[in-house]
Amino acid sequence: MESILITNGRVIDPANKIDSVMNVLVENGKITSVGNKKPNADKVIDAKGMYVTPGLIDMHVHLREPGNEDEETIASGSAAAINGGFTSLAAMPNTEPSVDNEASAEFVYLQAKRTGKANIYPIGAITKGRKGVELSEMGQLVRGGAVGFSDDGDPVQNASIMLRGLTYSKMFGKTVIAHCEDKTLSGNGVMNSGHTAMTLGLSGIPGISEEITVHRDIALAKAANAKLHIAHISTAGSVELVRNAKKKGVSVTCEATPHHLTLTDEYIKSFDTTFKMNPPLRTKSDMEAVREGLKDGTIDVIASDHAPHSSEKKDVEFNVAPFGIIGIETILPVIMTELVNKGIITISQAVEKLTVNPARILGIPKGTLSTGADADITIIDPNYQWVIDPDKFKSKSRNCPFAGWKVTGKAVKVIVSGKVFENT
Amino acid sequence: MGNKDWTRKDLLGLEELSEEEILTVLDTAESFKEVSTRSIKKVPALRGKVVVTMFIEPSTRTRTSFSLAAQRLSADVVDFSAATSSLSKGESLKDTALNIEAMGVDIVIIRHTAPGAPHLLAKVLKASVINAGDGPHEHPTQGLLDIFTMREKFGRIKGLKVAVLGDINHSRVARSNIWGLKKLGAEVIACGPSTLIPSTIEKLGVKVSYNIDEILPEVDVINILRIQLERQQSGLFPSIREYTRLFGINSERLSRAKKDVLVMHPGPVNRGIEITPEVADGKNSVILSQVSNGLAVRMAVLYLVSGVTRSSE
Amino acid sequence: MMKIRKKLVNEDEMAVLVDSISKKILEANPDKKKLAIVGIHTRGAVLAKRIMNSLQKISGMKNIPYGELDITLYRDDLSSSGHKPVIKGTKIDFDLNGKTVILIDDVLYTGRTIRAALDELVDFGRPASIQLAVLIDRGHREFPIRADYAGKTIATEKNDMVRVRLKEIDQIEDVVMI
Repeated sequence: MESILITNGRVIDPANKIDSVMNVLVENGKITSVGNKKPNADKVIDAKGMYVTPGLIDMHVHLREPGNEDEETIASGSAAAINGGFTSLAAMPNTEPSVDNEASAEFVYLQAKRTGKANIYPIGAITKGRKGVELSEMGQLVRGGAVGFSDDGDPVQNASIMLRGLTYSKMFGKTVIAHCEDKTLSGNGVMNSGHTAMTLGLSGIPGISEEITVHRDIALAKAANAKLHIAHISTAGSVELVRNAKKKGVSVTCEATPHHLTLTDEYIKSFDTTFKMNPPLRTKSDMEAVREGLKDGTIDVIASDHAPHSSEKKDVEFNVAPFGIIGIETILPVIMTELVNKGIITISQAVEKLTVNPARILGIPKGTLSTGADADITIIDPNYQWVIDPDKFKSKSRNCPFAGWKVTGKAVKVIVSGKVFENT
Repeated sequence: MGNKDWTRKDLLGLEELSEEEILTVLDTAESFKEVSTRSIKKVPALRGKVVVTMFIEPSTRTRTSFSLAAQRLSADVVDFSAATSSLSKGESLKDTALNIEAMGVDIVIIRHTAPGAPHLLAKVLKASVINAGDGPHEHPTQGLLDIFTMREKFGRIKGLKVAVLGDINHSRVARSNIWGLKKLGAEVIACGPSTLIPSTIEKLGVKVSYNIDEILPEVDVINILRIQLERQQSGLFPSIREYTRLFGINSERLSRAKKDVLVMHPGPVNRGIEITPEVADGKNSVILSQVSNGLAVRMAVLYLVSGVTRSSE
Repeated sequence: MMKIRKKLVNEDEMAVLVDSISKKILEANPDKKKLAIVGIHTRGAVLAKRIMNSLQKISGMKNIPYGELDITLYRDDLSSSGHKPVIKGTKIDFDLNGKTVILIDDVLYTGRTIRAALDELVDFGRPASIQLAVLIDRGHREFPIRADYAGKTIATEKNDMVRVRLKEIDQIEDVVMI
């Protein structure tokens, strides 16, 4: 394998507290040196004016394979990941069938390997068929490659089963990822409960349906002394609950999505289903609280909750359209444009939440530019200006709420274990 | 006065209409009321136009009112029923509408259980779309005919005190009434069980009361909503009996209201539940005027939107 | 402001024309009891009121039935005319059956307005006859329609514009070509 020297770039590696112009040497798919020296290499990439970061990790995506390959496949999702600057993804188990056994986890690995682009890590189901009744074979799932457990969009409603799942997962040192929603409160809701839902006549999903479950799962994690990660946090109350739990030393982490950081429920005014996802877009004050949580470190991770849906499914009445939007190809520019460039978080905070933090939560050897690490590297042009056009995406789906946004920042080169992908 | 040029291809709700636009519809409806008094109750204004009534949620009276209105304007009217259509065979609403439009339809009148269904059609169709009720969202022609009836009886809307009584949460009639009445300067009180009044309704400039007896003496109009029996079954209030006791309008209650108070109901009436038969048929009731005014209002709406095509927008 | 190219009738002549139309109507219709007046919105209706007053003054009759027509809904260009014009309302609150209806408009030009008015009138009943009175007949008919009573006949070019201006609406009283 040819050696690569990335020169003159601003190396941002929060795990090693590095943020300065340096050279990165890659040999045999591994990082062999980061520093001011300029060793010889087969290939030199001049990264002047660019950011050189550990390969970005999106720990919350849905790749639809097996089951709905018309919407996304592991191959198309990997291509989208590279296009968005991501070298690793964690795929949620809500495929058809669910990833709830060793073979189905292994299938994800093998498909990703065949594709030869991004690394894809499967998340296994907490319960069989994600039905919330019997625990899945977590041990076998881990053997098959699962890096965490989640029933995702069908959260475990029974507290006793959730407690068992947390307790059992401890044996494998894995984190349980919780989509927090009390279905008895969210019922047939399709958007945030509140004034906008009231004027539109749409049923609401109240913030408390999330908060009650965040509260419950923190209490359960504390009781089980297990690792809990709260997915896509969306309300001010949830942020506060996690903040307090962290202060008390509970082993809880959480993530926020670009859409909950930049959009509010008022975008639904025209019944546009590209703004329909679960948890739903909340109010401005919720959005501000999530931003505050991101800033003060309460929120560890930025993840897209990339959820592809065909336009046939989305181009229907608002209340029957499926929840979910794609995001893997817009997460980086949206975060850079709306949060970094507007001074809400620093670029190194953003990189931390897109690299080392998700890697630590999932326990995967990624997310740093340490010597000896896999050469997963993202090279970002921070001044690249472009307009988001879903028709140019590598993803198979187009359900993107950011279409038409003018953004700054793009991953121009993505390196996975020493293999260079150019994004044009 | 409402003499502004009408520029909307579609009528989707009263939220987006200006005061002038609402007055334009009301004034145009006045002219159309006269047509119903002629020996030949028909004018050729929409001759050669095709109107389709697409009722995905059944409603005999609204559909009949729209059909009759279109016929009085000499339009050809086609009914499209979901039960006998491809919608029940899994075709999407959008595809169905595009197919219907390909047959040369000029105006689509849609009733649907889903809020925003008319908006979805308005986006994809060149034809005009009239919302005949979309879930709990809006029912603009009902709102307009209610306001028309109030204006006819009082000669004004500004300063009127209107109580909207019942299940505000699930009512498109309530929402359209509130938007229209507030724009025209009326005072609106939303009254009903606390589980059926949205918590943010006051943001629309509406007052809230949980006690009908408290507000009854001061209002000029009581617009009584139909109580859906399934709301009780889903546990939003304990029993029909209790609802009737707390909120049902009977003669005894009405005797404490203003003498000329207007009793309205969008129909169909649950006699003996939200309103007693004596009150529904009594001298304060304008329930049947609402029905005949509905025809004039719907003629006005059909006439106005038929002049606006996508290219002239 | 519109540019006036030529004044066709002045204020004094206007009253004379109204009276002369009234006289002709009375001469042609000995059975005065059957007379009814219907004016076409907007200026035709104003003229109709004047003719009614003049008829009553000359003949001594009282309470000649009077109505107004808004022919908007009967226009043959309605479907192609884009935004819908504001409707001023038709008001015929007498029984048309068996009446001799004098239909009144300000200017007779293509005849299309009169066609629409005739269609609308017969939707109200079956008059014994309908006669047409206009203040100005400017020619260029597109339909086989003629005036029974014309105040003044004027030769015009097809694209000339003839405006009747009445005090009640225009605060001025004349007929001009623009």
